[in-house]
Amino acid sequence: MRLSRAGRSAALIAPLFLFLVLFFVWPLVTMMSQSVTDSAVLRLLPRSVETIGAWDRQSPPSAAMEEALVADLREIDDEQALGDMVRRLNSAQSGFRTLMTKTMRAIRAGPLPPEGLAGVDQRWQRPEFWLAIAGALSPYTDRNLLAALDLGRDTDGSIVQLGADQSVNRVIMLRTFAISGLVTLACVAIGFPYALVMASTSGWRRDLLLAAVLLPLWTSLLVRTAAWFILLQEQGLINDLLRALGLTEEPVRLIFNRTGVIVAMTHVLLPFMVLPIYSTLITIPGNLMPAAASLGAHPLRAFVRVLLPLSLRGVASGCLLVFISAIGYYITPALIGGPGDQMISSIIAFYALGSANWGMAGALGVVLLVATLLLYSVYARLSAEKAPG
Amino acid sequence: MALKLSRTLFALLTVLFLVAPLLAILPLAFTSSVILTYPVPSWSLRWFEELFTADAWRRAIVNSLIVGTGTTVLATVLGTAASLGLRNRGLPLGGAVRTLFLLPMVVPAVVLGVGMQVFLVRAGLASSYAGVIIAHTVVAIPFVVVSVSSALAGIDTRVELAAESLGASPATVFRRVTLPLAMPGVLSGAVLAFATSLDEVVLTLFVAGPNQRTLARQMFSTIRENISPAIAAAAFLFIVTTIVVGLLVALYRLWRARRVKG
Repeated sequence: MRLSRAGRSAALIAPLFLFLVLFFVWPLVTMMSQSVTDSAVLRLLPRSVETIGAWDRQSPPSAAMEEALVADLREIDDEQALGDMVRRLNSAQSGFRTLMTKTMRAIRAGPLPPEGLAGVDQRWQRPEFWLAIAGALSPYTDRNLLAALDLGRDTDGSIVQLGADQSVNRVIMLRTFAISGLVTLACVAIGFPYALVMASTSGWRRDLLLAAVLLPLWTSLLVRTAAWFILLQEQGLINDLLRALGLTEEPVRLIFNRTGVIVAMTHVLLPFMVLPIYSTLITIPGNLMPAAASLGAHPLRAFVRVLLPLSLRGVASGCLLVFISAIGYYITPALIGGPGDQMISSIIAFYALGSANWGMAGALGVVLLVATLLLYSVYARLSAEKAPG
Repeated sequence: MALKLSRTLFALLTVLFLVAPLLAILPLAFTSSVILTYPVPSWSLRWFEELFTADAWRRAIVNSLIVGTGTTVLATVLGTAASLGLRNRGLPLGGAVRTLFLLPMVVPAVVLGVGMQVFLVRAGLASSYAGVIIAHTVVAIPFVVVSVSSALAGIDTRVELAAESLGASPATVFRRVTLPLAMPGVLSGAVLAFATSLDEVVLTLFVAGPNQRTLARQMFSTIRENISPAIAAAAFLFIVTTIVVGLLVALYRLWRARRVKG
């Protein structure tokens, strides 16, 4: 049997397609679902799910609900899961922590008083505590996603800003964008003129300039970061140079701070700025600038009115490429930066590797992923427009 | 004149900024001291010896070779097959599929790492060589697809049609015409896949157990915890390998170009 052409193509593509769906798309979906699910309470209170699910959420709690909850609580032996549950309930209804401690102690001490839970604590008669349990029984939560943006829900369930002491994520996001923006600016300030020089020369000079961009691009990122680590340290070559030139007496602190991060990231990302600009510049006919000059334009005016507009697409591509790469950076800030220079990736890694808080790691990951994909779609549109022309 | 001079000066300074950091650390690989500073007191090969004899480094090198080889084979086979399939322009959703194949290059490594870690734990592949190879293959795929696709795009389809009209079966056309013509792309894709795996740190942090510590991972923690000239020695090997591979690729291109002409 001979396959048709389309069938053969599909058969060739299928293995990689399936591989990426299984090992790329699915893990990302897992991460996203991780950020919006929280089935800890659901798992601990299997009986209460049914009775509370049937409750109309207004009338006082029924005896069946109490019975189911007490039976569920009696069987909990996983202290860590219990702690997680109490934390979630307490964030939905303040006072739940003390209520739970008191209740668990009573349940574990033996049979409850004849009045049931109300005999342990009067608060069990109030519907809002049961409402909190009903809310926590849902496997879906927007708590992590809101917390990633420093938002939370107050007792009525409306979205509010978290207090200043809990608002760390927005600071880190702003810092991520600020560092990435500065690195992009530095790259454009160096990369654009460099690409202009490269496009205006030819022969071995052009080859040399191109090789200087490609060599770092092909070198391991880790090696480049290690190189900067060694150069920037207090006894490093740069400080030696500054002292030899008499610019400073004391060693200047260049590492574990913002300066080091910006310098190292600019070095690492500069090729991504130079190459797109260069590839745009070499498509511009070489006789345009002489033409502008022959019409009497000052070189500066000719540059601003002719060359700059024609190369803007390359500059935009380069900026997007550098910015997209920069906002996801982890290794360079982790090794060269101080605690005040950690970007969003470091926080995600901290939640995932340090404290096994998958919900928060996933939620911040969603924020970073959405930002990256949005910027990438702009970049893809920009480079797709270039292709036919 | 002044403009030309300042242009040259600017270009030279930028070249210095790009290349000098890489060159500056090379001599430190041969220091006899335990600290990474100039001036070097005396020359020695002790850090290369450390690299190849110290248990942690030796195992890291072996692990990198295992993972790198696995990644290269898997990514090159899957990527080359898919690139051949994508040549068919009439395929529905071809553009979307191509975008999917390139996306692993765009998604931040930490984001993929979090998803990968949770996923591999559930799949029972956490802290295994298979898990690390799979993770590295995902990020190596775009390089293979880009490289092979551009090689395939450069093939004159009339050559294949000619072979077909002379009675060659599709399999023969592929084996005797298409594959040899695409070989430079396949090879550079394979080299890039290996390089990607060798340099991958972030995903490795998330998915590898202590037994799969790769060279890059070992370098990362050495820089972070207690930096030693072993780093400079490892960097020396990396940079020299990069230059050698770059020269080999250039020579291979030259040799092919000569052969095709002659």
